[in-house]
Amino acid sequence: MSFASLSGTAHGRPRGARSWLLGVNPAAKLVAALVLSLGLLPAVDPVTGGVVLAVTAAVVPFSGVDRTTLLVLGGVFLLMGASTGIVNLLYGEEGAWGAFGAAVRLLAIALPGLLAAASSDPTDLADALVQRLGVPERPAMGVLAALRLAPLLADQWRTVTLARRARGLEAGRNPAAALPIFFGKVFALLVRAIRTGTLLATAMDARAFGTGPRSHARTSRWRTADTLLVVAAPLLLGAAYALSAQLGTLRLLFG
Amino acid sequence: MNPVTAASRRDGPGARVELSGWGWRHAGRAEYALRGVDLVIEPGERVLLLGASGAGKSTLLHALAGLTGPDGALTGEQEGTLLVDGRPADRSRGTAGLVAQDPESQLVMARAGDDVAFGPENLGVPREEIWARVDEALARVGFPYGRDHPTAALSGGEKQRLVIAGVLAMRPRLLLLDEPTANLDPAGARLVRDVLARLLAETRATLVLVEHRVAEVVDLVDRVVVVEPGGGVVADGAPRAVFAEHGRALAARGVWVPGLDPAPRTGRAPGGPVLVEAVGCSLRTPPSPGRGRPRTVLRDVDAAVAAGTATALTGANGAGKSTLLTALAGLAKPAAGRVLPRGPLADADPRPLARWPARRLARHVGTVFQHAEDQFVTATVRDELRFAPLRAGAGEAEADARADELLDRLRLAHLADKHPYTLSGGEKRRLSVATALSSGPAHAPDVLVLDEPTFGQDTRTWLELVELLDGLRARGRAIVLATHDTLLLEHLADVELRVADGGVAEAARTGTEGLR
Repeated sequence: MSFASLSGTAHGRPRGARSWLLGVNPAAKLVAALVLSLGLLPAVDPVTGGVVLAVTAAVVPFSGVDRTTLLVLGGVFLLMGASTGIVNLLYGEEGAWGAFGAAVRLLAIALPGLLAAASSDPTDLADALVQRLGVPERPAMGVLAALRLAPLLADQWRTVTLARRARGLEAGRNPAAALPIFFGKVFALLVRAIRTGTLLATAMDARAFGTGPRSHARTSRWRTADTLLVVAAPLLLGAAYALSAQLGTLRLLFG
Repeated sequence: MNPVTAASRRDGPGARVELSGWGWRHAGRAEYALRGVDLVIEPGERVLLLGASGAGKSTLLHALAGLTGPDGALTGEQEGTLLVDGRPADRSRGTAGLVAQDPESQLVMARAGDDVAFGPENLGVPREEIWARVDEALARVGFPYGRDHPTAALSGGEKQRLVIAGVLAMRPRLLLLDEPTANLDPAGARLVRDVLARLLAETRATLVLVEHRVAEVVDLVDRVVVVEPGGGVVADGAPRAVFAEHGRALAARGVWVPGLDPAPRTGRAPGGPVLVEAVGCSLRTPPSPGRGRPRTVLRDVDAAVAAGTATALTGANGAGKSTLLTALAGLAKPAAGRVLPRGPLADADPRPLARWPARRLARHVGTVFQHAEDQFVTATVRDELRFAPLRAGAGEAEADARADELLDRLRLAHLADKHPYTLSGGEKRRLSVATALSSGPAHAPDVLVLDEPTFGQDTRTWLELVELLDGLRARGRAIVLATHDTLLLEHLADVELRVADGGVAEAARTGTEGLR
């Protein structure tokens, strides 16, 4: 899901270098991220991934993502890389270099997607998916509407937690008690989520959703920069592979 | 020409509705929700649809909105005919527009303008016209923000206004309103009623309205139709005539009829020592994605809850009522300050309530949540009531005996083996109160905390609830309620704590003593 919507940044395609990425069409970002992530899957050495990671990280200051979101995401991100590195170092057969490679590879695969998601407004993303990538309306709008329910679910989870305490149900430090309580809460939340989802679906139907061809209130614009980004992604990937091969560090999965 | 009249011209004439021998049975149900409905609504008529809870009023509205049929939201079996402008109701071309109870589950998009545009988009309206319609609809409901305003940041009343704008932008000729103010606080409800009154004065659309609290909408309609559960139309005519002839019968079936409010028999509050006290509490809204950081809603607040007293928390939604209520119930820890047990309650455990183990808390402080379902933890009604005694160490026989007593007292005995989720709204409410009562000794905890307990209830459940709470108060229990219900305040509240502007102030409750 997108974090840009949470910080209320993306709409209106703001200009200026610091928020350059916000102005890029979400479909272009998605395609570029997919190319980079999938393209890096075969390479397990730190150099290939490192080049992509370095270039993608250089885009971060121009992503327009606010500092709080960056800190939270960055923290999770680094933790993910560190834990991969440590696990590979302790249990892997490739030594320190291999562990470093595994960590860099994971981060390089994850970062483009993360940036694309964090810098895209969900509404713009849905528009782009439908108008630029030809995704059918029903799933695109359905996912968009479901996204709006995420904060509601967070509230309901809290209420359900309080309600268990009110009924005298609390795990405390007992992990054996925690599991059934957790699943009880999940069930209660599921019931609420289905109910809310059904109401929302009814409301969408009542507004003639799915009765025929739709028109679009917003245009998903495609600019030269969007084309450039989509072209740049495979070029970067090619450069990374070439450099690593040149240095003799390139190692492929199953290679 | 002013824009409002221009808008009303474009609405077109109202739709004509014609039902004959119409019936609906929900999928998987043996009984019909409605059956043998014969009803004609002429273009431009404003009809209030009434009936006891479960009488299928919402079902009828949904059917008029064209939500039945093979890929509609409502599945079941239909008999007879239902025609809108001489054709079976369908969802296309936006003949009908539906506004339901809960604004939260009707907004589709993240930004206000996009949400209003959603309906016209579905109708295939060209882009330039969509935005003209959006601006016009937002103006008609007096929406105070721009198109880009995030829908998550709106209050309940503002959200419901936006929902109405979304319906108006589709230019419906049949307006269907299903308790549009039921989920709103009094200020929000007023906001929406003002918009509706203004709208109805200028539009030619036909209106069918379902509303629990009749007094508040009776001026908006010129005809009242009463339907019966599993049956058809039992009364039909001008509001005055219908209420004069059928008022008492309707009230007896739980309908809120103007001038026939329920009159609970309540006794005097015995009063008692303070049991729970909030000292210098600052309270924050819970963190919630999409609504920014937690906000401090109450700062340095003191409040006390006494035994044998009904303490009511009042104030607009978002003022911090529920947050204060969860703190007083010991469910959540205040950001600063403490909620402490006092008097006899401190004998059980002198620590702040938030640090009590859950089992002890449940025994002494019971909480009834606004959504009853949130607090159900077992698979049958009987098990819900056996749950607390069993956990407190009671034997099977004793737990059964206590469950049976509560089942009888709250008229739930015939439902003992049903799943709690399958009960009706009123039954769920009674069960949720019963579960809170089941956890304390002598069939009630020392403090009973309730969040909007009368919300959406018919007069029968309302009356039972008020008399039950009065009985608990008479036996020295402390009752704490967060509520918007003025009738409840009038009949039960001894102390009113008004939550507003980051603080809590005791409001004068003159007149309540005089009433008794």
